[in-house]
Amino acid sequence: MTDILRSKIILIYTLILLIATFCVFGLEDNASKGILSVLNIILIVLPLFSIIFSTIYIYNSSEFIELLVSQPLQRKTIWLSFLIGLAIALSLSFIIGVGIPILLFQLNIIGFLIIFVGVVLSIIFVSIALLAAVQIRDKAKGIGIAILLWIYFSILFDGLVLFLLFQFADYPLEKPMLLVSALNPIDLARILLLLQLDVSAMMGYTGAIFKDFFGTVTGLIISCFVLMLWSAIPMYLSVIKFNKKDL
Amino acid sequence: MIIASSVTKQFGKLKALNNVSLKCRQGECISLIGPNGSGKTTLIKCILGMVIPNSGFITFNNKNIAKDWLYRDEIGYMPQIGRYPENMTIGQLLAMMKDIRNTGIHEVDEDLIQAFQLTGMLNKRMRTLSGGTTQKVSAALAFLFNPSVLILDEPTAGLDPISSEILKEKIIAEKQKGKLILITSHILSDLNDLVSEVIYMQDGNLLFHKSIDQLRTDTGEEKLTKAIASVMIKGNL
Amino acid sequence: MKLYLIIASLFILPKFGFANIIQVGPGKSIKQIKTGIQFAKSGDTVFVHPGFYREGNIVIAKKIYLKGIKFPVLDGENKFEILSIKANGSTIDGFKLIHSGVSNLEDYAGIKMYDCRDVTIQNNQLFDTYFGIYLQYGKNCIIRNNTTTAYYKEEQQSGNGIHCWKSDSILIEGNHIVGHRDGIYFEFVMHSTIKGNYSEHNIRYGLHFMYSNDDTYLSNTFFSNGAGVAVMYSHGVHMLRNNFRENWGDAAYGLLLKEISDSYIKGNQFNKNTSGIYMEGVSRVKVLGNNFFNNGWAMKIQASCMEVDIARNNFMGNTFDVGTNGNLVLNRFKNNYWDKYDGYDINKDHVGDIPYRPVSMYSMIVEKNPPAMILFRSFITSLLDKTEKIIPSLTPISLVDNFPLMKMLNQ
Repeated sequence: MTDILRSKIILIYTLILLIATFCVFGLEDNASKGILSVLNIILIVLPLFSIIFSTIYIYNSSEFIELLVSQPLQRKTIWLSFLIGLAIALSLSFIIGVGIPILLFQLNIIGFLIIFVGVVLSIIFVSIALLAAVQIRDKAKGIGIAILLWIYFSILFDGLVLFLLFQFADYPLEKPMLLVSALNPIDLARILLLLQLDVSAMMGYTGAIFKDFFGTVTGLIISCFVLMLWSAIPMYLSVIKFNKKDL
Repeated sequence: MIIASSVTKQFGKLKALNNVSLKCRQGECISLIGPNGSGKTTLIKCILGMVIPNSGFITFNNKNIAKDWLYRDEIGYMPQIGRYPENMTIGQLLAMMKDIRNTGIHEVDEDLIQAFQLTGMLNKRMRTLSGGTTQKVSAALAFLFNPSVLILDEPTAGLDPISSEILKEKIIAEKQKGKLILITSHILSDLNDLVSEVIYMQDGNLLFHKSIDQLRTDTGEEKLTKAIASVMIKGNL
Repeated sequence: MKLYLIIASLFILPKFGFANIIQVGPGKSIKQIKTGIQFAKSGDTVFVHPGFYREGNIVIAKKIYLKGIKFPVLDGENKFEILSIKANGSTIDGFKLIHSGVSNLEDYAGIKMYDCRDVTIQNNQLFDTYFGIYLQYGKNCIIRNNTTTAYYKEEQQSGNGIHCWKSDSILIEGNHIVGHRDGIYFEFVMHSTIKGNYSEHNIRYGLHFMYSNDDTYLSNTFFSNGAGVAVMYSHGVHMLRNNFRENWGDAAYGLLLKEISDSYIKGNQFNKNTSGIYMEGVSRVKVLGNNFFNNGWAMKIQASCMEVDIARNNFMGNTFDVGTNGNLVLNRFKNNYWDKYDGYDINKDHVGDIPYRPVSMYSMIVEKNPPAMILFRSFITSLLDKTEKIIPSLTPISLVDNFPLMKMLNQ
């Protein structure tokens, strides 16, 4: 899908990421603090851009999708190639915009983990965007839903978690929180990355419990698997929906 | 060639297609007419597999289209409003469509590309094109792969008279090759000299499907426009 | 032959005028330190020449100056306490002590002083001893320029580097302590000074300080210890110009203060600690002119603290400046520099015109509900902090620096 790569917006996105990351690393005196600031980009900007860009792209391509559907092509193929095209384009801009500076300043396992998480988050939010776009016909409504979804994943969900924490403050919540964190890919990514950084020491007992889980290879594999599920399930649902969709 | 049996499609409360059955044979040139919102485009989309009927089924060459997608290889479709990836050039679009259609099986028919003088604009991006030029591209694409069935949704809308004429001549030429051609149009006079059959739809119901001669005898009108008008006035036959 | 030599030396040495110097060494007439000590009279000097001495437990029961030349090695064979000092006024200088015994019942040490005064322990190197230098019921003793290194992994099976118990007027200066349970341990020690020591990578505390009043510790560095430095149940403690660095871990503090009163914390550097200072039950303490850089929490002040003055400190790059667990605040903040302060100074007196609230909403939430730490660095927490700054509701209203400085203090 060279079309997506040629789009100016994605170029600007890449450029902004690049400048932001370089600025962050330039301003912070040590690389590990820079990484923390990059974390904000990954956890806030990346999902927002991925979900909105993908949604708008799908809506703008609706006529083109119609054209493709009228061609001798399987619907699944059409939809997946859109998804893959978007995922590759967004991942690529992330890798260029954030990945390269990170590797320049922090060439280690944490750097690679950040890139991995960023790419997976891009894919997840492309999938979620496509699921939203396939469900809702109206463009304005669809973009609204995409923004809402982003707000949910980055703010509301955490607000809910906070609320639950206070409601059930008398119970030991550390372990259930493990499960809860799996319900939001942004949270999962954040915790996964934080625990690899030395700030995890600040997370006290909770951090220790999480570290016992995420620190192990099994924990790492399970959490990566959950992240994969987060990209696979919306993807699968959106394909099913698209197969039945009237264009 | 195309057989639809009791196809029903509902969008929410609106019944877009109500128990529609029809048969289209090779060599026919069918005009699908009816007022706005009568279900013409929905019917076409059902045939193309873009809209999935709630009940009933459609066969193409005796194969149910619900589980098949390769039959679309036999169809050239020109949409009402064609929209294409904005950053692609005409040349890239054509190359991509050729890629999808796996040329080699079909010989490529580039008559319209020549006739519409698109060859000089191959490097233009789709977003820079005017509505009419985009329509020309759509038309060229529909005929490009020499399909045995042509489905044209409002083909002449937005085209200048000269291009419109070119397209009409092309349609006639293809008809003479014995292809099935399905046209929706509201500009009835355009179709007079092409059409062999008329399907009239209203509120999702297929009111009649008659050959043009039959229609003339039934209504006693010579001109197609008037024949249709008289049908509309009578409301039913 | 040996016996003859010993008898001879007994008679000959005093005659030749070497009455107060005894030479011990592989090439000398006296081969064993124990023998040398045996021949020495109170006030004599015993020179020990380079060599490897494996003599079990050496007891010094009279006042002698035991001087090692080029670090003779005393080996405890993992069985014995190496040197036991039971006389006043002795000096131990320049030995290398290795492999003391380890016991859960007895506090074996490299050098242990029993109930004595005016003892000096200096320039020794201790490796792999259970306790390093151990002092009980001492007075006017000096422990200076020693290094002690241990290689323990677990807290239960390790001893302290310099251990002082029920002592008075002690000087501990210029020692380097690595890898013990507590680097320096003080219990019931009064009027003493800890100066210029370097305590690092100890399993528990760099300095562990309990029931010890009117002591001063200054210009020490406490680096990367398991739980930092703990000062507890004491009054009149002066903590000056120390360096608390990189005490980083789940329960690590730069400085843990518990039940401390009438003390000074002045001119210290707190760098990269999980909590710079943690205070509990602290009263009448002045925290002046310190630098808090890059800590998780610069200060955690529990509600049980009162009359703590926090003034003229620099707070830079800390994740949280101040954490607290209650709404009642009886402490005073004044004239500190806070890098998170975003106020203005219209009258150009270098003091910000609007107050600064160093407690963030999220730090209050975490204090009340520790599992909320899983939301660390999430979007919602920064939103909450921003909102709280505009309309304070949860954070204590009285915890405020009304005169924040606009520029960092040079200290």
